[in-house]
Amino acid sequence: MAAYIVLFLCGLMFSLGLGISGMTQPEKVIGFLDFVGNWDPSLMLVLLGAVITYFIAQRFILVRETSVLGDKFQLPTRMDIDPQLVVGAAMFGTGWGMVGFCPGPALTSCITGTTEVLEFVIAMSLGMYLFGALHLRYSREPDGGASPLDHPNTAGAQTSARSA
Amino acid sequence: MENFTPVASLVGGVLIGLAGAAMLFFNARIAGISGIYGGLLNAKKGDTLWRAVFIAGLLSGGLILSLFQPQMLEFEMNRTTGAIIVAGLLVGFGARLGNGCTSGHGVCGIGRLAPRSIVAAITFIITGSITAIVINHFFGGSI
Repeated sequence: MAAYIVLFLCGLMFSLGLGISGMTQPEKVIGFLDFVGNWDPSLMLVLLGAVITYFIAQRFILVRETSVLGDKFQLPTRMDIDPQLVVGAAMFGTGWGMVGFCPGPALTSCITGTTEVLEFVIAMSLGMYLFGALHLRYSREPDGGASPLDHPNTAGAQTSARSA
Repeated sequence: MENFTPVASLVGGVLIGLAGAAMLFFNARIAGISGIYGGLLNAKKGDTLWRAVFIAGLLSGGLILSLFQPQMLEFEMNRTTGAIIVAGLLVGFGARLGNGCTSGHGVCGIGRLAPRSIVAAITFIITGSITAIVINHFFGGSI
């Protein structure tokens, strides 16, 4: 039960961070991506704030054998750069640059019921579902990639143990 | 640069990083939104509840924002329905194909110095910039 309460709060804190940072305003995202025009560097600070915080935290967290709730760390295990990674990221970037929404902020904004957000979330969900249905490379790996810094205790941890 | 919001963006970014770190610290999981949400859409038995709970938290955050800071969820967009749908399909399919989005690769992956995530994030920032620049400067800012 504790695991679910924490997960709920993590999701909640994540979306509050997205809202406060300006990620839920697509014009700010596009204002950052279009550095040729009237550049808005805000998103660089979002990224820096998030990455530095996460970087420092994970250095202390990943020396543990398990998480606080006793789960084995479920980290990505792949290190190779394959074409799917680059093509997928390029498709993602193109869509992101077209409207300024990525998955987290779009889901956070769903509650407003704005037509644009709903259209985007439905299309995004369909895109994700199609990928899974086509079994192109439907891995159960968490997002991201493995790191050479990953602790031997955590690197390649399997997805079996959990108390969630 | 008149739209620059350094303090709010930094504070929001730190909150995002803390949320991701808390998920690793307590739940041993990576806070990758597209992976968590995508796994719900192609559901596998016994692997859905934790995903649903996280997404419920995310949506509840949206509710809190809409009640207390509604301007944070307000925006203006000059995009046709067709463009929005194409963009949504690209974002959804691309995030799953590339095994991550701005959160999984951009925050958690770069935060662990994972080479795959660094390559993915550089790729989506470059392609996103090219797309935004082309739309703003060759199509007059609306498609």
